[in-house]
Amino acid sequence: MEEVEIVNTLSLLVIGGSAGSLAVLLDVLPLVQLPPSKAIVIVVHRKNTPDSLLSELLASRSGLPVKEIGDKEPLRGGEVYLAPPDYHVLFETDQTLSLDVSEKINYSRPSIDVAFTSAADVYRERLSCLLLSGANADGVDGLRYVRSLGGMIAVQRPETAEAPYMPQQAVHHLPGIREISPIDMPAFINSL
Amino acid sequence: MIDDANIELLVNDVLELYGYDFTDYSRASLKRRISRLCTLDHFPSFAELRHRVRHDPSYLKRFVEEVTVNVTEMFRDPVFYQALRNDVLPRLGTHPHIRIWHAGCSTGEEVYSLAILLKEANLLSKSILYATDLNPNALEKARAGIFPMSSMKQYSENYIAAGGREDFSSYYSANYDGVKFDEQLAKRMVFSAHNLVSDSSFNEFHLIICRNVLIYFDKKLQDRVFDLFDRSLGMLSYLALGSKETIKFSQINSRYRQVGKEKIWKKLK
Repeated sequence: MEEVEIVNTLSLLVIGGSAGSLAVLLDVLPLVQLPPSKAIVIVVHRKNTPDSLLSELLASRSGLPVKEIGDKEPLRGGEVYLAPPDYHVLFETDQTLSLDVSEKINYSRPSIDVAFTSAADVYRERLSCLLLSGANADGVDGLRYVRSLGGMIAVQRPETAEAPYMPQQAVHHLPGIREISPIDMPAFINSL
Repeated sequence: MIDDANIELLVNDVLELYGYDFTDYSRASLKRRISRLCTLDHFPSFAELRHRVRHDPSYLKRFVEEVTVNVTEMFRDPVFYQALRNDVLPRLGTHPHIRIWHAGCSTGEEVYSLAILLKEANLLSKSILYATDLNPNALEKARAGIFPMSSMKQYSENYIAAGGREDFSSYYSANYDGVKFDEQLAKRMVFSAHNLVSDSSFNEFHLIICRNVLIYFDKKLQDRVFDLFDRSLGMLSYLALGSKETIKFSQINSRYRQVGKEKIWKKLK
């Protein structure tokens, strides 16, 4: 049987964050324009509570279509996808997303490192990754890998972060990484 | 970094030499697990891992155990267990005997959870829980019913959140850093190796539980497994999946109705 090749031309932004990142997302997303050629995936550490309303909150604040990722969810341009609590997010070559309940990485599930790394394998130079405020070092190894495969990487300027440790670690280990203040983030994202 | 062509080579090796079929497993997960195994076992490159897998049959057990995901917990997603307790068990209780299939049971934590629910509903003595997994190591652990003491605090909280009213510690006896669950629970369990990819239906069940297993399969394989479940379920029986899995996009969907908000479906035709 001949298989139909799906040409994946989507460009992708993956945003990772932990403590202190929600406020930034709520400020920045309303000013983001998302054309059909671009999708955003958000991976934030949060508690696993039933009936989480975070996707509804982000959608109503930003006016963007925001949905929590289900297994084998197709990634569509013009939409924002949120990692569900307690699952890692993986990127398939056919432009769908898979979920995974394997071991926590950096005490975290979803792990930002896991999402950045998997996204880089598929999206390579069409991938941009932005690491926001947070209190552990999840995401730093992932950023390094993204850069090695030609993706664009950036962090929230540590001085502007409520929990600066996460972006600070990235700045420390990845010299030359772009540092962006929340106020400049919408323009930065829209220019990608 | 391991490229996609190498993953295909290894998948073919394992199928041809040992009969384990990972062909229709989700690629992103396989790639991640195989890369992780390379790091864990200190293989300098993919070629060395492949050589070991091909030439050392005793390593296969480790390969299967590490490539498949065996992370589980008791009463994982307590609201799911609450729904089983309130919406499903009372219906199952109307049958003279209850047959349950826990497919992909891993190390058994969720099988013991269900046995506890059945016991509290006074249904355990007329139930049989068939618990299967493709991983022989995981099944051995499940059969032993010994879990780490360090997890009991979390499990006890899950149990209470799932509507449990007994003293959770009354279900096990502690011994150093492990706890052994009551033999009365294990008496109703039958553990056996079963591979959802290659093995067929082996009975008709009133409830099939398969949680966080299908996320590792591609769409095609998911559909095949849904068919297998459908053939193994009697009328008005139940299918329960993980919290992010759904039958909604499969061909069996039209014959099922979702029960409440949890990922539990009832077979109607």
